[in-house]
This record gives sequence, C-alpha cells and structure tokens, in this order.
Amino acid sequence: MAYALQQLINGLTLGAVYGLIAIGYTMVYGIIGMINFAHGDIFMVSAFIAVTAFTLLAAFDITSLPLAITAVLIVAIFFTSAYGWAVERMAYRPLRGSTRLAPLISAIGMSIFLQNMVQLTQGARVKPIPPVIEGGIVLWTTPDFTVQIAWTQILIILVTVVLMVAFTWLITQTSFGRQQRACEQDSTMTALLGINVDRTISLTFMLGAALAAVAGVMVTVYYGVVDFYIGFVAGIKAFTAAVLGGIGSLPGAMLGGLLIGLIESFWAAYLSAEYKDVATFAILILVLMFRPSGLLGRPEVEKV
Amino acid sequence: MSAVIVARHARTPTERFKDAAWVAFVALLLGIPMVGMTTVDQGGALVVTTRFGVLAAFVAASFAGRFAFRWVMDQYRTRRDAKSTTVKVDRTAKVVQVLGWGILGVALFLPAMYSDNRYVVDTATTVLIYVMLGWGLNVVVGLAGLLDLGYVAFYAVGAYTYALLFTHFGWTFWEALPAAGAMAATFGILLGYPILRLRGDYLAIVTLGFGEIIRVILVNWTELSNGPNGIGSIPRPTLFGLPFERNPAEGEQSFATFFGLEFSGMHRIIFLYYLILVLALLTNLFVSRLRKLPVGRAWEALREDEIACKAMGMNVTNVKLSAFAIGAMLGGFAGVFFAARQGFISPESFTFSESAIILAIVVLGGMGSQMGVVLAALVLVLLPELGRNFAEYRMLLFGTAMVLIMVWKPSGLLSSREPTIRLAKASAMGGQK
Repeated sequence: MAYALQQLINGLTLGAVYGLIAIGYTMVYGIIGMINFAHGDIFMVSAFIAVTAFTLLAAFDITSLPLAITAVLIVAIFFTSAYGWAVERMAYRPLRGSTRLAPLISAIGMSIFLQNMVQLTQGARVKPIPPVIEGGIVLWTTPDFTVQIAWTQILIILVTVVLMVAFTWLITQTSFGRQQRACEQDSTMTALLGINVDRTISLTFMLGAALAAVAGVMVTVYYGVVDFYIGFVAGIKAFTAAVLGGIGSLPGAMLGGLLIGLIESFWAAYLSAEYKDVATFAILILVLMFRPSGLLGRPEVEKV
Repeated sequence: MSAVIVARHARTPTERFKDAAWVAFVALLLGIPMVGMTTVDQGGALVVTTRFGVLAAFVAASFAGRFAFRWVMDQYRTRRDAKSTTVKVDRTAKVVQVLGWGILGVALFLPAMYSDNRYVVDTATTVLIYVMLGWGLNVVVGLAGLLDLGYVAFYAVGAYTYALLFTHFGWTFWEALPAAGAMAATFGILLGYPILRLRGDYLAIVTLGFGEIIRVILVNWTELSNGPNGIGSIPRPTLFGLPFERNPAEGEQSFATFFGLEFSGMHRIIFLYYLILVLALLTNLFVSRLRKLPVGRAWEALREDEIACKAMGMNVTNVKLSAFAIGAMLGGFAGVFFAARQGFISPESFTFSESAIILAIVVLGGMGSQMGVVLAALVLVLLPELGRNFAEYRMLLFGTAMVLIMVWKPSGLLSSREPTIRLAKASAMGGQK
C-alpha cells in the first residue's frame, strides 16, 4: 500500500511533466493540424538553457531558492519561446496550405537539426547539475517502506496546477484565447473577421514552447541531468499522451499525460521496467481501438 | 496567400537591410543561450564559458546570409516578372522517363566502372537499400495514403527472421527470403488490424508506437534476439549455391573456383550490389504493375477519399490491410538483404530515425512517385556521405536539408504524378477536361 502510494506520487510528477509538453502538441495540432515533431526538442533546448542559467546563478552566488527558480523559469521561458517562434516561422509557415505530410517532414528535419545543434554547441556529454532542492516530507512510515514526497515533486505538481489554471483562464476568458479557438475552428473565417491568423499561430507556438520550457526547467530540477537526447523520448511520450487524451483537447492532454505517467511508474514498479514503453504504446493502441479519437477528443464528424 | 507574396513590390535596399537586421536580431536571441554560452565540466562541477566571438560571427553570418538571399530572390523575381508569361509546356514526365533510364544505365554499369573501389559500390548498395525501402513504403504512404511512422519495424522483422531462421534451423538466404517476406506481411496485417478505424495522425502515432514496441522487444527479449548485442555471423547469400569465400568447404566450389577466377573480396561486394539492384527493380516492377490492378486503383481511391470508397461498395478493410501487408513484405525483403549484407544485426539499426529517413525519402521524392524515391534516396544517402569530411556537421546538414527541400518544394522533388489511367484523346475532348 505504501509502495503503491509512492508510485502514485512518482507517476503524478512524471505525468505532470508529460502533460505540460503534451499541451504544446495538442495546441499546435488544434490550430494548424500538424504534428510538431520538434516540440520534444524544444523541451530539450529549454532544459539546456536551465542548466546554463542554474550554473550562472551559482557562479554569481545567488542562493535564494525562490529567486533562483523564478529567474531560471523566466530566462528559460523567454529564450525557449523565441525558439518556438523561430521554428514555426522558418520551417512551418512557408508550408502552410501544402500537403499534410510536408510540415511533418519539415518538423522531423527540424528535430534532427535541433538535436545536433545542441550536441555541437553544448557537447554530447550528459550535463549534471548539483541538486537544487533537497529533501522532502515523509508522509507515511511503515516498517519496511517509507513514503516520501520530495520538495521537487511538490514544486512540479504545484507549478503544473497553477499553470493549468492560468492557461485555462487564458484560453477560455481572454481575447487571445477567443482568437486562438476561432482559428482552430476556421482560420479563413477568422482572417475575414480581421484577426491576424499568422500572429495567433505564432503566439500559439510560443505558448506551447513556454509550457515546454517550464517542463524543461522542472525536469532539470527533478533529475539533475540533461543530455541532447531527452527531447526525443519525452516528445514521443508527450505526443502519445496528447493522442491518448484526444488530440486537440487541452484537458485531454493533461489527462493523457497523467495517465501515461501513472502507467509508466506502476508498470515499472510492479511488472518490468524494460517493457514500460511497450505498455504505454499497447494501452494507447487499445484505447484507440475503442475510442478512435482519444479519451476526451470529439469524434470528427465528416460531411460528404 | 502565396499570390499576395508574389505580388509584393520589389524591395528597396532599406527594406532589405531592415529585414536582415531583424533576422540578425532573432539569430542573436537564439544564439545567446546555445552558441554564446556553454557549460563545461571542470573538476566535477559545471562552469559556464562564453563564446561571444563565435556568437558575433554567427549573427553576422545570419545578417549577411539573409541580405544576400533576399537580394538574389528579388533579382530573380524581377527578372521572372519581366519575362513574358508564356505557358510552359510541362515536360517533366518526359524528363523523368529519360532520367530514369539514365540512372538505370549508370546503375547497371557502376560496378564495372568502379570494380576496384569498394567504397563506391558499398555506398551505391546502401542507396539501393533505401530505394527499395522507399518503394515499399510508397505503397503504404504514397499510394494508399496511410501515414506510417514505424516502417522500420518490418525491416527489422525481415532481418531478424532471416537471422533467427539461420541460427536455429540453418536456413540459407534464398530459403529465408520468402519466409521473411511472409513474416513481415503477417506483422503488417497485425499492425493494420487494430488501427483500421484510425485516420491521419492517430495512425502516425500508433505506427510509431508499433515500431518502438518491436525495437524494445528486440532489445529486451534476450533469449530470442540476443538483446542489444545483436546476432552475428549471418551467412552471405550465395549465387545458385556458389558461396563467395576464399576457402570453400571440402568438396564444394566457390564462385571463384567455379568460374576459374582469382579470388577477390570485390566479387561478393559486386554480387550484393547486383542482388539488391535486382530486388529493387523487381519491387519497382511489382509495385507499378500492382498500381494497374484493381487493388492498386483501390489504394489510390482510398487515398483520395475514404468515404467515397465506402459508398462505392469497396471493402476498405481489405484494401488497407493489403497495403500494409504488401508494404511490410517489401520492407521484410529489404531487411533480409540488410542482414545478409551486414552479417550482423542489432536493434540499434532499427530506430525511429531510420523510419523517419525512409518516410522522408518518400515525401521528399514526391508522394507516389517512383522516380522521386530514387532521387530522394540519392540525395539523403549521398549528402551525409559527402559530408564525411566534416563529420560533426553531417546530421546538422541533413536536418537542414530536409527542412530546406521541403520549404523549397513542399510537394516533393517530383510532384507531377502520372495518372494511372488516361482517358482516350477523343473522349477527353468531349468531356469537361
């Protein structure tokens, strides 16, 4: 029981990170209908920015924890959004309106580019940083097992919840959110109503990148190591999460992320760590067999 | 949208300068965290080092590059606008045909020209493997319009089927080839069945997941696949039972002794080259014939409109499954050849990036175009080879090239597709076309 509780905590933490990345996939998919394969690598770029920023702060002897984390978050969000914007502008915007596969290939190319760019400029080695936050709260002690929630886990879950609330508010209540949803439904009509569709799409990419940046900082704090390859795995998992929840649906992305996180940690804990990816994908296939548009996705109504 | 861009007036130098300055600013923003700074391990702790010189060079290069690019593009545009807008006759089909025969000719005589250059023949063999894989995937993606991101799984199934059949039952290449094809086709149906109802991008992630599942199983099921260590000493194919060995077994003949030639390692390389050439050409023939059969037409109809297909009473299930099965089978054949050529296989050869490259070959070539696959395979395999001198930047260039080719030609290098059926001239005149 105690063991299961610990897995639940770990799974939720992992799921929160996946969910944050998944939202980037789902938003981009919703608005221009493409899989942004480079999104995982955007997340990886932000993790590297976080490593540099943490190291810089340490060099300047800034030890106040809230200050350091806020500063790193701001820096990472700023630069990563710039990356998100640039990727969209260079690789996807020229391809808008062409076949569905063209942006996909362009995105795969972008992903290869980003991975190798980081490998070249930042080095191929794993980057470890000293633990930023140590310790945690012991929740429950049984004779043979201690359930503990680390401060980093609390931080990740808190930040995710806060972001989710802010994000839901942004999408449902603000004028930007209205524009964004309008573009999702019918971008031509939206353009006719005088809304700058290009700008909205750019902002969507930046927003997705910003959430990935937060995820990147959180992962850096949580695991303490980054390398140029983390984007690939995290990207695939997050994309799976987005599809599982129903691509295009924001609550779906979060739900999918949590589910994938939980499945992974429970599978690894009770069955076998090697086959956790198989389990993730097998469950995805099973879910899609019965609900072809994901858990919370609206089925596509096709008119002839 | 594009019409608006073309109609834009020619830029003044000031505008060009502003544009380039903006690009330089973005380059600066992007460059600061990645180019300008890096963390280095110093005695166990990371230390930030700055490279502002490199950053400045990077920004300057972006500025100059953008400025020059804009200038060239504007020149090109004004010149193009000045020219009379006579309708160009589309000769692409003819050119492609000539090009195809030309490439085939070169392919046939390549080993003769480079009979002592192992590197060239080896590289050409690699190109041909990708051509074959591209033609196989073309059935699924190009003809049937089903996005498959896990094609490498079938390649792996083919390769492992041969490797396992050999290690456990001693099957030779020629015996294993059909078996592996059948095995891969079975896997194709296995994958195809649960995802019949899915479309578009759901299909993409499921196929991607399937590819990963196969790879993870190959890595972890050590009893079956020997895990990450892979399977080695897979025998090379023989020519009608004649092996390509220096010292054939007692009482048997090798290729060299049978033909009374002096033994040379190149014989095998050249034989492998011709083998994959024949396999690839057979694939091409097979696929282009299939296109003219009802099943091939059904694929293309499915790609264009699934609902219309259903309305016409087509069995969509069978059409999709046949596309998956045949695409997978061709991938399986390529896999057997790959295993036989390398003599050693491990899960590392069957990662997602391999799938991505094969898909890129199909899409860059122009979906559904057989010749396009050849061109794209040439570009994508030779580009990293040419870049071997600056090995570090190889994959960087590869990614850049993928983006640039796509942006330059969004529908692929050869996008003009030959219609499968043509109306006869007279009826075409009568119709609306």
